[in-house]
Amino acid sequence: MSSLARGPAALVRDAVPPTLAVLGALALVGVFVALLGYAPGRALTALLRGSLGSGAAWTATLLKASPLLLTGLAVALSFRCGVWNIGAEGQLLVGALCATAVATRTLPGAPAALVLPAVVLAGAAGGALIGAVAGALRATRGVNEVISTILLNFVAIQLVALAVHGPLQEAAGAYPKSDALPAAAMLPAIGRLHGGLAVALALAFATQLLVFRSAIGFRLRAVGHAPRAARFAGISPELYGWLVLALAGGLAGLAGAFEVAGVTGTLYERISPGTGYTAIAVALLARLHPLSVIPSALFFGALEAGAGAMQREAGVPAVVAQMVQGLVVLLSVGLSVARPPRARGLRTPEPKRGID
Amino acid sequence: MEALLEASVRLAAPLLIAALGELWVERSGVVNIGIEGTMLSGAFAGFAAAVATGSPAVGLVAAAAAGCGVGILFATFAVVRKLDQIVVGMAVNLIALGATGLGARALYAGNPPAAPTLAALPVPGLAELPLLGPALFAQTPFVYAALGLAVVVGLGLSRTGAGLRLRAVGESARAADAEGIAVDRVRFRAVIAGSALAGVAGAVLTLSHSDVFTEGMTAGRGFIALAVVIFGRWSAGGVVGAALFFGAATALQFRLQARGAEIPYPVFLMFPYLVTLTVLAVAGGRARAPADLGRPYRREAPAG
Repeated sequence: MSSLARGPAALVRDAVPPTLAVLGALALVGVFVALLGYAPGRALTALLRGSLGSGAAWTATLLKASPLLLTGLAVALSFRCGVWNIGAEGQLLVGALCATAVATRTLPGAPAALVLPAVVLAGAAGGALIGAVAGALRATRGVNEVISTILLNFVAIQLVALAVHGPLQEAAGAYPKSDALPAAAMLPAIGRLHGGLAVALALAFATQLLVFRSAIGFRLRAVGHAPRAARFAGISPELYGWLVLALAGGLAGLAGAFEVAGVTGTLYERISPGTGYTAIAVALLARLHPLSVIPSALFFGALEAGAGAMQREAGVPAVVAQMVQGLVVLLSVGLSVARPPRARGLRTPEPKRGID
Repeated sequence: MEALLEASVRLAAPLLIAALGELWVERSGVVNIGIEGTMLSGAFAGFAAAVATGSPAVGLVAAAAAGCGVGILFATFAVVRKLDQIVVGMAVNLIALGATGLGARALYAGNPPAAPTLAALPVPGLAELPLLGPALFAQTPFVYAALGLAVVVGLGLSRTGAGLRLRAVGESARAADAEGIAVDRVRFRAVIAGSALAGVAGAVLTLSHSDVFTEGMTAGRGFIALAVVIFGRWSAGGVVGAALFFGAATALQFRLQARGAEIPYPVFLMFPYLVTLTVLAVAGGRARAPADLGRPYRREAPAG
């Protein structure tokens, strides 16, 4: 149950552990950075200025938060269902790939009313497809999704490389990147802020309703919380695992489509700076609550946007952001009372066996 | 053919060392997917210590020590505090990626020197044997250690009291607890041992396969080591076979790539991951895992 529905006191109480986790992680990294001879104070100032210090900084933060919100929802949805989907990165990349293919190869020159929905849907479908591959391996062959989704991430990276060196490479052929997306395929935007952000926000509310207010959501949570009880109740963990991987893949794929059609305007190899991995930290800091993913994505978006400024102004490498993410995960899970669903490790799907 | 066999065994060595460590951990009922970050930490610590002292042997010790350190971090949260093992593992991977990247830039400012590497140590006589000679007897000490380790882990699991207690804890922590075995202590030590090996496996990359450290250079090898354990059906012999299979797949990929075939290079880079997925789909998925794998043990919790 979301704390939003239980009034402001509960809201404040629920916000304490994640806030402590964030502050603790920043403090620990600050000490580490100081030990290496950097100036942590200057680093923090640069971080804040680069993420919140100006209109441009806020825009950068929101642009970074947008794909983190969608992929964070994908991870939160999966983990809620007890599906350890580490594959948001690959799902995002395949989404970006499919969206670009439709925009530059299938429908160039068509009107926006046709192209834009097709591009966005292609992104979602591409992500859903690669998620469903992991789901199928899990449901039919018992292949653990932690391993399969991680491996598919590496496959997806090479699929994008293959595409931008081959069939999707720009007509000029000079660089390993795609043609620029036609204007009709680009998302409507206010300044640099694209419309995908609004869609992502709406989907956070939709996911909240799906998880906490629908019959499917009830079964998803049942599978995540008590797989054996769910099986006795006639709910198939395999089937719902598959469904959840496809749904999550669709969300992450959408993030990929929004990146090419809202931010970069073209596909290239390193289009994702590990967004799908950061998404795990986003979801866990939000304690797997879809609505809480919004502030969580904003925090990590600000961290990413500010890390660049930190490297330029204080000389502290931006890669330190990854350390913050890891520590936030450890501390937020360590401090929170509500834990992710009970660990089942590598024994998914729950085997059918007698009562112990 | 001899060159291909030699490359297969050489490339299998880090996977084998990491997978044997993970095998020991998983037989105690703990899944450590932080092995990727642990390898990376070992690669970095081994490199930094070898560069600083000029001795690859010191690098090796530092890599094992770094592995232990990361293992203590993982075990503190996953075994003692009983947080979710997958979540803690992913956190460890992120922290290791950030810390080693930061350390590399702080120490070398983007311009790392070359590390002294461990030279090959051919066994006189045997190294000249046809076919298998170069593959088994003209390798670096890492390869000999990996093969020796396989025997030690295999016998350790099946023939020693410590191995028996380890397996008991992995199959049924509750029953082991009832027998008076300290479940968490066994698991904690297993994680430390496995993490030390993962650290050494990482050092193979910087002190033998190459002489530099680059950010995120393990590139998923730790995850492939996890798959090796599954494909090897949680036995030492199986893990040796699976690691050699992946070593051969990688060697073959390099060979085909060098031939300059018409196939674009991303297809080759995809190859080991696709092979892993296919192997898991065909053979590994339904293999028998330790019954209590991935379950933190709480004495008061109801069974199942």
